[in-house]
Amino acid sequence: MDAAHSSVAMLVSNYVFPNDLHVHWSMMIVLYPYITGLVDGAFIIAALYYLFDVKSLRPVARFSLLFALAFLAIATLPLLLHLGRPERNFNMLLTPSPSSAMAGFGYIYAVSMGVVVFIVLFVYREDLVELRATSKGWLQLLYRALTFDSIDVSEDARKLDKKIIRFLVGIGIPVAVILHGYVGFIFGGVKANPTWSTPLMPVIFLFSACVSGISAIILAYIVIRKAKGRSIDHNCIKTCINTLTLFFILAFTFEMLEVFSHSYLKSGYHHMVEGLLNGPLASSFWLWQVKICSVIPLFVLGVMGIFKIKPFLYNFTAAVVSAILLLQVLIMRWNVVIGGQLMSKSARGYTEFHPEWFDKEGILAVIIVMAIPFIILFVLSKIFPFWTADSETNVK
Amino acid sequence: MKILNPSPEMDRRSFVKKVLNGTIAGSLFLAWPMGGTSLETPEEIPGIKGKEYDILNQEFAFIVDVTRCIGCGSCCVADKREYNVPDGNYRTWVERYVKGFSDKIYVDSPHGGLDGYQHARTDIEEEIRDTFFVPKLCNMCKEAPCVQVCPVGATFISPDGFVLVDEKRCVGCAYCIQACPYSVRFLNPVTKIAEKCTWCYHRVRKGLLPACVEVCPTGARKFGSMKDETSEVYKILKGPGVLTVLKKEMGTFPALYYKGARREVI
Repeated sequence: MDAAHSSVAMLVSNYVFPNDLHVHWSMMIVLYPYITGLVDGAFIIAALYYLFDVKSLRPVARFSLLFALAFLAIATLPLLLHLGRPERNFNMLLTPSPSSAMAGFGYIYAVSMGVVVFIVLFVYREDLVELRATSKGWLQLLYRALTFDSIDVSEDARKLDKKIIRFLVGIGIPVAVILHGYVGFIFGGVKANPTWSTPLMPVIFLFSACVSGISAIILAYIVIRKAKGRSIDHNCIKTCINTLTLFFILAFTFEMLEVFSHSYLKSGYHHMVEGLLNGPLASSFWLWQVKICSVIPLFVLGVMGIFKIKPFLYNFTAAVVSAILLLQVLIMRWNVVIGGQLMSKSARGYTEFHPEWFDKEGILAVIIVMAIPFIILFVLSKIFPFWTADSETNVK
Repeated sequence: MKILNPSPEMDRRSFVKKVLNGTIAGSLFLAWPMGGTSLETPEEIPGIKGKEYDILNQEFAFIVDVTRCIGCGSCCVADKREYNVPDGNYRTWVERYVKGFSDKIYVDSPHGGLDGYQHARTDIEEEIRDTFFVPKLCNMCKEAPCVQVCPVGATFISPDGFVLVDEKRCVGCAYCIQACPYSVRFLNPVTKIAEKCTWCYHRVRKGLLPACVEVCPTGARKFGSMKDETSEVYKILKGPGVLTVLKKEMGTFPALYYKGARREVI
């Protein structure tokens, strides 16, 4: 870039290209990777139990699957709200352009959904067979379909179920990785935007997805169990926190590596990226994402890992740290998606973004979209019990 | 003076006759084909009008001569009228560059230059060394990022080299807007689909120049066929003069060239 000879001269007029004044990808595109991230992280917890036999995760294994399913069910909703012509959304499936990364979404999403649904059905097959026996009419028909019209719950059948579940989870892991890695690539593949255009983007998105999903499971598990007056499996929380710590160290390291790379390499438009992080994003990036929501949890997670803490205090801290990390990932998505667009391609200025309340991509719509999966989760809990009877016996 | 008063009946008859004759004659003059060409379009790009358009054997180029632009905004007005572009969105715009003696660059483009630059900037305190105008429009990249990222193939490159949007296919995801390094795209707030400059493809197919080129009073915007060795763009592009493209490092290979663009132009 010839014109980047003097960063001071570049920014003097704060000139924004006329078409860059409007932020085209707003809050719904912040929510979309956030939701798929929650799905991925929750699925990781289920996979650790069902595929890698991490026994201590048994209390949250089923819940994680249902949590992933509830959020996956609405993952397309923010996209539909964002599209200018949502009625044409099937064009993505019917006439996908093979050169576009985004064209793969429909297929990746469909496979993810299929895999999670089948895993849930096989995990809950015994319960569904029982429900089928006690139901009548169309409900019975529904349960017949959900149990693949099999009432065989013999030892052999259950062994086969377990094998199928392991197989499906085995497929599910790369699918989940692709689903969220792909979301990162959607941004990482935009060479016109220097804050997005980095091969680190899919990696950052993937690890932060695991962070948000695991945090959500920890927080939801503790809150629901407390609300229902049931005990909390300390061992399970400990395993979750250890896993969360690992993924958060990776996520935070890569997030910082990206910033460090920009400032060290001083590649094209680096002055704009630095100006963005130290200007319009100074508060949301450095203060909120890095200092409050990353450094503090990192310190707390370190303390939780090194020192022996009483279960009650440990669980309480786990819930608090999970809540902060959920916020961290949401702010990170905001800083990437909206923050990245504040920088005009004129390389001479920054635009502003002010969220609206009643827009179809506004704050109210965000609240509604985020509330729907919890309603779905509540409905699912009526059919698929979150907690197994024997997981109760594990409770100390 | 005494006024002669002829028979009122005679006068009325002759008047009606005259009016009728005049009306009929006038109507015939307007309706009868007189061999004139007033209703036909002129031939602004030689070799297209009246012939079958060989889409596979065409190549066009657009040259912006920065040294000629006076910032009148006529091109922006013509474009807005040609496409009924909603306010606040721009298929083309003109930027004003001001360079001070400290080498600081001041750029602005109020309303995309639609009103013309009638007044000098008053907010610059230092002495001004140079000032110039830079028209912006679609770069018609040969390796267009917008085409690559469009998930439904609504944005495509036509065989004659134009990057176009199929308005019946576009889903309005705005990925192309993110991908365009030149920010020439926007989501039309009325149709909710992606829109951008087409170099007036509908006019070119009729042998007409793009609207902005036609109205440019100084010849700062030049358009023509590279298959026509007599065209101005052919002569400039094949000649010894120095031409540049915007954001060359993006690897988009634009078909829009700039003549006399300073290195500060992005």
